[in-house]
Amino acid sequence: MFSYYLQLGLRSLRRNPMLTALMVMAIGFGVAASMTTYSVFRATSRDPIPQKSDVLYNVQIDNWGPENTQNGEPPPALSYKDATALLRAHKAKRQTVTYPIGVSAIPDDPSRLPIRQGAYATGADFFPMFDVPFLQGRAWSLEDDDRHADVAVISKSLNDKLFNGGQSVGKQINLDGHLFRITGVIKDWAPQPLFFDVPNTQGFDDGASVYVPFNRAVDLKLPNNGNNNCVKDPGEGWENYLRSECIWLSLWAELPSKAEAQTYREYLTGYAAEMQRSGRFSWAPNVKLRDVMEWLSVQKVVPRESQVSLLVSLGFLIICLVNTVGLLLAKFLRRAPEIGVRRALGASRRDIYTQFLIEAGTIGIAGGVLGLLLTGLGVLGVGLVFPEEIARLATLDPTLMALTLVVAISASVIAAFYPTWRAAQVQPAWQLKSN
Amino acid sequence: MQIKPILAALRRHKAGTILIALQIALTLAIVCNALFIVHERVDRVRRATGMNEANVVAVQNLYVGSPSTYIPLMKTDLQAIRSMPGVQDAYITNAFPLRRGGWSTSAQKDPDATKNGVQSALYFGDEHTLATLGVKLIAGRNFRPSEVVSFGRDQQPAPPQVIVTKAFADKLFPEGNALGKTVYYIKGKPSTIIGIVEKLTVPWIDANFIDNVTIMPLFFDSSYQHFIVRTKPGQQDAVYRTIANTLYGVSRMRVLPEKNGVRTFDMVRANAYEADRGMAVLMSIVCGVLLAITAAGIVGLSSFWVGQRRKQIGVRRALGARRKDILSYFMTENFLIALAGVVLGVVLALGMNQWMLTQFEMARISVSYVLIGVLVLLGLGQAAVFAPALRASRVSPVEATRSV
Repeated sequence: MFSYYLQLGLRSLRRNPMLTALMVMAIGFGVAASMTTYSVFRATSRDPIPQKSDVLYNVQIDNWGPENTQNGEPPPALSYKDATALLRAHKAKRQTVTYPIGVSAIPDDPSRLPIRQGAYATGADFFPMFDVPFLQGRAWSLEDDDRHADVAVISKSLNDKLFNGGQSVGKQINLDGHLFRITGVIKDWAPQPLFFDVPNTQGFDDGASVYVPFNRAVDLKLPNNGNNNCVKDPGEGWENYLRSECIWLSLWAELPSKAEAQTYREYLTGYAAEMQRSGRFSWAPNVKLRDVMEWLSVQKVVPRESQVSLLVSLGFLIICLVNTVGLLLAKFLRRAPEIGVRRALGASRRDIYTQFLIEAGTIGIAGGVLGLLLTGLGVLGVGLVFPEEIARLATLDPTLMALTLVVAISASVIAAFYPTWRAAQVQPAWQLKSN
Repeated sequence: MQIKPILAALRRHKAGTILIALQIALTLAIVCNALFIVHERVDRVRRATGMNEANVVAVQNLYVGSPSTYIPLMKTDLQAIRSMPGVQDAYITNAFPLRRGGWSTSAQKDPDATKNGVQSALYFGDEHTLATLGVKLIAGRNFRPSEVVSFGRDQQPAPPQVIVTKAFADKLFPEGNALGKTVYYIKGKPSTIIGIVEKLTVPWIDANFIDNVTIMPLFFDSSYQHFIVRTKPGQQDAVYRTIANTLYGVSRMRVLPEKNGVRTFDMVRANAYEADRGMAVLMSIVCGVLLAITAAGIVGLSSFWVGQRRKQIGVRRALGARRKDILSYFMTENFLIALAGVVLGVVLALGMNQWMLTQFEMARISVSYVLIGVLVLLGLGQAAVFAPALRASRVSPVEATRSV
């Protein structure tokens, strides 16, 4: 019976080509607009490190006080004083401090131009904490951190540029005149959103090609290439800067269980209370320990444009559905005489329901195919609307394709419920009489 | 008019009436808000910087290596750029309008105050800055070459002389006598306002102190800076193409980033407002498609009604109704439905705006947008129903005698 109704449905699509085309277009456009904007929303709101996002925590300590902060939210980064104190205390399974540095790699071959790529100063724990994939060698060790060693990890693309992609563990890399020994080469790695450096990148960035130990970077006074916020004049010189309340460092802790997270949180509160007792803070402890998804949400990583356009296109889809309800109503009721005959010949209401819902489903399939084409075009065109860092994340993958079809078909079937109900109410006697 | 019989007839097919009205209401709500977003964004994109933006090229430069000072390198580069054919003027700075990154601080009138200053962006430059940017000095004088000094990362930017924008001067000195007055960017370090420019905007596009700028006669001793170049008319493209080679010719120990290394000011502006322009385009497309779909829906449903009522129309015609009467019947019917739709739509539009206001910090929609939306949708409804109504008016009285 199903295939017969499907045939009937397909045939009736052809009977009213204008109405059918209108419905197919309405569903196609509505679904495509929603799916295109959803592809951007999905890309900007995804979990960048799903396997560990609930055990990695960003640390915030309010060292500015209520006068300089808003809504009780501590500053988005840490001062050198706090970050290093927490590192020294070793209260988490793993901890790492991070800041972007502005260095250029100088090729040995003097005829080649220097290469500037993103770089971070961080600790040995950075790599195992964030599951950074290594191609050659490995991360530097905790001892290297303690020894303030001149070591570095570089990315595959930089290895290709500097060493033609060869085996380069143990080789030296010249960063602005300082030599670092390469301990490992990683795959080009930049989880999106770039959760561990949201304050400097707003969440979307190419990522880095060079990583060097934090302690060594501080020794070399490698300036911070990211945001630097001071509420008080730090005074002159690097030493004063390190002693200041300026915030510029991200601290992340890996805490495998909720209990450990709670203990760490209590430790942070205790630390802030200690600062209050010592007179450095003149306010009650205000600390935050947030896992990856919470941090991304508080930092509003999903762009406002993405949210607004998703909402507007969902509204668009609803209007298309209302439109389809009206057109289906017209289409079905126009066939009242036919329904009357069928009912008089013994078709049950249930038969009518099945037949018309299947017919609506065929419209949904046609709309879905059109929607899929338009979504493909839309995803290609996302770059015209959103900045490149975000646009390239929006892709038409099998999940999105399946979702497009499912949304199109279910939308048209939902739209068909009322018109079908009306069709099933047709009184056979009435129709027959007027004939 | 025939309003009463129309209303009576509408009660007979509630579903279609409600669907059209609902569609008009939802369309109005979305179109008003989308058009308002377009308007807001277009306004931002068109905002003036106070500069003469034609014939300006901006270069991002990073020196490689760590010499004790970058000042000699900077001066050599500047010399090389200024002597390029096609270059009219040039200077070195930390930031410029629409760059979307820079330095800002709060300035105080009172040497001891620590709060409630006026926020200002800081642009470092020299006696060539005003001419290169093409901003208009409306009071006081330009910097003298002897006033331009260098300062390092370890020092604070607070030179004895500054040039400020009129907006900033008026905010700090509302009486309008800012010229020659002292202002403090760093506690205990006075700066005198020696000149006032008409307008110049900050590097950021979202700052709430968009016109508050201070120009300081400083060379910032740092590995990272921007060269701003004014070319002779018609020479912009030539300078844009050759400037990287000129700089690499001076020294190869530098990086001009692949992305945004060398840009004309048109490119700077396009980059800065990329998201705004995109949003405006997207919302315009949505509005256009939405209106088309709504119009198509009205045509579809009205045609159906006309088809359903051919016999009644025939009877009316046979009883003496003129074609004009039939036409106006359907036009009026649509107008009444659309009217109900827009009334609901206005409520929805304002509600939606109120909600977006709280969720996305958007501005309050202006009444004119809602009014324009109402007129557009009423007009659209009339235009959409015209063809089916015309077809109805052509129904011949003979139809009255047919049985189907």
